[in-house]
Amino acid sequence: MAQVQSAADARAAAQTRVRFELLAELVRKDLKVKYKNSALGFVWSLANPLLYLAVFTLVFNVFLKGGVDNFAVLFMAGFLVWNFFNLSTLTATGAVVGNANLVRKVRFPRIVLPLSSVGFASVHFVLQLAVLFVALTVLYRDAFGPQLVLLVPALAVAVTFTVAMSLLASALNVRYRDVEHLLEIALLAWFWLTPIVYPVTVVRDQLAEHDLLWLFRFYMANPMTTVVVAMQRAIFNHPVGTFQGKPKQVLPADGYGFYLQWLGVAAVISLVLLGVGLWTFRRLQADFAEEL
Amino acid sequence: MAEATISASGVGKRFQLHHKRATSLKERLLLHRRASSEEFWALRDVDLEIGGGLTVGLIGPNGSGKSTLLKVLSGILAPTTGTVAVRGRVASLLELGAGFNGELTGRENVYLNAAILGLSRRETSRQFDDIVAFAELEPFIDNQVKHYSSGQYVRLGFAVAVHVSPDILLVDEVLAVGDESFQRKCLTKIAEFQERGSTILFVTHSLDLVPRICGRAVVLDHGRVLHDGDPVEATERLRSLLGTAADQSGGAVLGADRPRFARVRLFDPTTGVHKGHFGTGEPLAVDFDVAAPAGSPPVSARLAVTGPADVPLWVMDSDPLVFGPDGIATVRFTVKELPPVKGIFAFAAALRDPGTKVTYDARRFAEAFVIAGDTATGIVDVAWNAEQVETPGEEERDRAAGDRRRSEL
Repeated sequence: MAQVQSAADARAAAQTRVRFELLAELVRKDLKVKYKNSALGFVWSLANPLLYLAVFTLVFNVFLKGGVDNFAVLFMAGFLVWNFFNLSTLTATGAVVGNANLVRKVRFPRIVLPLSSVGFASVHFVLQLAVLFVALTVLYRDAFGPQLVLLVPALAVAVTFTVAMSLLASALNVRYRDVEHLLEIALLAWFWLTPIVYPVTVVRDQLAEHDLLWLFRFYMANPMTTVVVAMQRAIFNHPVGTFQGKPKQVLPADGYGFYLQWLGVAAVISLVLLGVGLWTFRRLQADFAEEL
Repeated sequence: MAEATISASGVGKRFQLHHKRATSLKERLLLHRRASSEEFWALRDVDLEIGGGLTVGLIGPNGSGKSTLLKVLSGILAPTTGTVAVRGRVASLLELGAGFNGELTGRENVYLNAAILGLSRRETSRQFDDIVAFAELEPFIDNQVKHYSSGQYVRLGFAVAVHVSPDILLVDEVLAVGDESFQRKCLTKIAEFQERGSTILFVTHSLDLVPRICGRAVVLDHGRVLHDGDPVEATERLRSLLGTAADQSGGAVLGADRPRFARVRLFDPTTGVHKGHFGTGEPLAVDFDVAAPAGSPPVSARLAVTGPADVPLWVMDSDPLVFGPDGIATVRFTVKELPPVKGIFAFAAALRDPGTKVTYDARRFAEAFVIAGDTATGIVDVAWNAEQVETPGEEERDRAAGDRRRSEL
């Protein structure tokens, strides 16, 4: 009896491994196809964060002198993780529809399709983050410290939330092709509602001025806001920045309690959404071959 | 380990035939009220168990549900009713090279395709040389697949698929592609599978192949299992279903919601008895049952009697058909007196829109009937005469030769 059980376990483990390999193979394919005929290939996406860093340093330090010092670092801390979320969700939306031929003709775990989109974006994200840190060793030594541990829960929440959204978007888009267009607009609005280009304290202070501070809770309930703010706390590492020689609060709290608490909330929201995403995907995938 | 099987019980598959499919939210909301969809059962009450290392042929007329059954058995489509239980490793070959990416090289596509079919990377590496050798693509394996010929593409697809070594292999009509030597190779590979004790279920239109390589055959018609068992009986059953002999549809607009031929019967109108041999001057009648789903376009039937080299001898057209509540109309073509020709004749039947002349269904029934007589002296009896006449003079011959020369210029 025990032997039968262990054999079944071994088979299940082998199957999981094969699925992982399939996922890796699909990510590898996407990367290869994307950079196939370009001479510099991967260098392009690595140059991306450096370019942003340069442009935003120029813009915020020269053209728009209204920002805090080193605003470009604050911006990049949130922007890269937003890019990961944005790219994953958008490519996942087309992941099932774009592989219609495969879905209609071959049996394989369909869930690897949106997951491979997340994997594809993850590869870019990790490399871009690495490039950013290399640049920061020269430009912004303050980033290196124990507070970087905050990246771990922040990234865990970011990945969970992104996977949940990707599953939902890819499955729903098979039935309602509007999802793709809707998402494009929604993500643009979402970007501006997330404190990436402005410090989160601006929102808090504005709300406080109008006696609407209770609304700030809802603003923070957006998991991407929490993730971005935590990333900023970890990388920018100065809750109080310098604005025209005077101190200016750019992050809502000094200690880690605030960030961890909100990351906890975001984790719960993300896990619930992940459950909904998995359930939706499983429910709809039986009809994928017919709907495409 | 327990034996690998797929068992389907009470499997039915219903498709919604949307006249206009709602694929966007707006359309779905708007169309919700007046759901202009029809139901169509592609499969009905199918009980089937395959396994035990037997090679099973799946045959049936076009649109009988063969491909749908394969998709349901392989888990691509979910059955509407009934259940499918799968034990063991199943690979389905519904389309060769599905999932190939033209931008990638042959090598990269082998790894990708094998992973999609469920092979681990290590296993793929181990089999890689075999796969490439089987596909005969050694010199091209590092070229981008988009530069492959269609034959190379298909060969690589088949090579990957058969090296997945499943317990059960489901094959749609993919063996018809590729040249003869490759087809032979495929058949050898299938024989290898058989020896290893793998079960194969394959769809084919090549009825000669079925008794040769199958231990069992299943005939599907209109989504139901008509016959399950002896392959020779199965092919006979199908041949009688299709008419007298091989059926080939050509140039027809296919689709389940189109009018189509359901049954054909050739008989002597004076007795009503089925008949295949006639004599000159005798009467002949053919009944065609035409099935049309509700709301299908107007249709008229055309029957051409064709002789050698498919030359039509005569063509008969019906008026537009009127369908009963069951969606069936029977049209009878009668010939009072068969003309004075001899030989074996074929029918080419077509269902066409009387206005637009669009063909909805076309069937050819080779060797449909015989008009008795000795064809050694030709197929038409013509009153003729042969006699010797005076040889033409020298002068006339010269002039004739001159004419010929001029005309050659």
